[in-house]
Amino acid sequence: MTVDFEPRLTRDWDDPGVIGIDGYAAKGGYEALGRAVTMADADILELVKSSGLRGRGGAGFPTGMKWGFVPRDTGKPTYVVVNFDESEPGTCNNRELVERDPHRLLEGAAIAALAIGCETIYIYVRGEYLWQSIVLERAIAEAYGSGRFGADALGSGKRIDVVLHRGAGAYICGEETALLSSLEGYRGQPRLRPPFPAVEGLFASPTVINNVETLMNVPDILVRGSDWFRELGTEKSPGTKMVTISGKVERPGNYEVPLGTPFRVVLEDLAGGVLSGRGLKAWTPGGSSTPMLTAEHTDVHLDYESLAEAGSMLGTAAIMVMDETDCVVDCAQRMVRFYAHESCGKCTPCREGSWWATRVLERIEEGDGRDEDLPVVRDLGKNLLFRAFCALADGTASVINSSLQHFRDEFEEHVRLGGCPLKVDHLEEVPA
Amino acid sequence: MTVFEGALRADADAIMARYPDDRRRSAIMPLLYLAQSVDGWITRDALREIGQLLGITTAEVEAVASFYTMYRLRPTGTHVVNVCTNLACKLRGAEAVFEAAHEAAGVEHGAEMSEDGLFTVHEEECLGVCDFAPAVQIDFCNHDTVDPARMRELVAGLRAGEVPSPARGPAFASFKAASRALAGLEEVPSA
Repeated sequence: MTVDFEPRLTRDWDDPGVIGIDGYAAKGGYEALGRAVTMADADILELVKSSGLRGRGGAGFPTGMKWGFVPRDTGKPTYVVVNFDESEPGTCNNRELVERDPHRLLEGAAIAALAIGCETIYIYVRGEYLWQSIVLERAIAEAYGSGRFGADALGSGKRIDVVLHRGAGAYICGEETALLSSLEGYRGQPRLRPPFPAVEGLFASPTVINNVETLMNVPDILVRGSDWFRELGTEKSPGTKMVTISGKVERPGNYEVPLGTPFRVVLEDLAGGVLSGRGLKAWTPGGSSTPMLTAEHTDVHLDYESLAEAGSMLGTAAIMVMDETDCVVDCAQRMVRFYAHESCGKCTPCREGSWWATRVLERIEEGDGRDEDLPVVRDLGKNLLFRAFCALADGTASVINSSLQHFRDEFEEHVRLGGCPLKVDHLEEVPA
Repeated sequence: MTVFEGALRADADAIMARYPDDRRRSAIMPLLYLAQSVDGWITRDALREIGQLLGITTAEVEAVASFYTMYRLRPTGTHVVNVCTNLACKLRGAEAVFEAAHEAAGVEHGAEMSEDGLFTVHEEECLGVCDFAPAVQIDFCNHDTVDPARMRELVAGLRAGEVPSPARGPAFASFKAASRALAGLEEVPSA
């Protein structure tokens, strides 16, 4: 099987001209915004609802429903916040989407703003995406300069303003309430829900927070309709998804595929298979926070439902591939160390649990593992899951629990041998 | 004020004007970048003055500054070399690149910077360039698929006063220059 479909989000990737507003407009860009300014808010909302578009940032929540939660009678302004804090390890599709097609994001965000009666859009970009934030700044200047944004967007009498806000290196700010704290000038710590951001978000006002890829699907839905959108993907997971595949594959990269595409197709046909023809050992389907799967799961389909059934999650569809020469304990300790570093410190299970888990996993990998270490790690995994304010701790638990579930023997072997059975320096074999 | 005066005060005012009048505190992150663009790190004076600009205490400003890894609260090298060692990069040999960065730059593990003051080396969590691992940023400019030899070459170039061409986007000549761009003060050509 190959992937044969008309690309959507990536269709203009071979045209560097679309980075500029004229090139984008020449390809039909901003036609959707032109329509949206003449439409009733409720009609935009209905169209996006009927498309079945779901959030691409990890949770998969229906986008139209999210917009529909925003109350319009509070007397407060409403806000659209674009979550461009893309920080989930293994994930980089938002980066490339914006590098190659920044106006599609602005157009999608502007349509979202019209749907909820918002006049000011905030784009939260992770600080490390300095170049991408400059690409966006230039695109924003063009959108204002051409009268598409501003006090009288496209002559509609409606105001659309955009403010770009840069983060400063904190994974937790991808969590929507932590992002809001950060945007308000505080440490990026998550907040208790309820109240949900839809009711009390940015500046205590009703707020919609959407991922970059989610919003970039919106212009096409406006122009081509919800039935067209549903022509690709599955009934419950319609549309396409950007997949990032990295690690031990021949052709790492960002690929667009219809939701429901088998992992095997992405691995073998798009990414060219496991590097150097080695055997597949483990893979994360949606970034390091999603439970890892194994070679047995090669025929799993990449959509929200199929991955849940396989015991994992679609997440950000960031596939990191580990081959037969990679040590699962070593990979797990590196992923858990990340969560320990990025824990905001608010909740004890996360702050302490991720720190201890890192220490114990490092000890096992280095050959100082003790018989009691495996039960300790297992307990930590249990006590991290669903025990904290936000999902960061669940990500830590996913690494621990899934690696123990699928590779328990390998952990035990480390303890028994007093070292890593796979410790070979195979870095020279990795092409530069 | 000693930090935010003259042209820098005008920059700070422009940054604060991005946010609603009664939500001025939102300007704290770009103001911290602006402060960092002056000395290459955020001094006590800068922390205090940002507090004065925003009407909050120095402790509140420091609480924010210390939360985020892209702010430096101690003297920092002219160039900051960030090496990602998270899983996607680790699988492609990033740990050797991280070692090579230390050796070439003359920075001991755990040290703030090289003795000559040229380099700071920082271990990064995912930089979002997993498709071109191992990923490195020098002064927040991307360098793709860096191996140890390339790492040494990049550092040698910087030592010779060259600004390496990044994989995408313009090159910033120093950590200070990149910090100014991060404050949103990069010249944006009009449409």
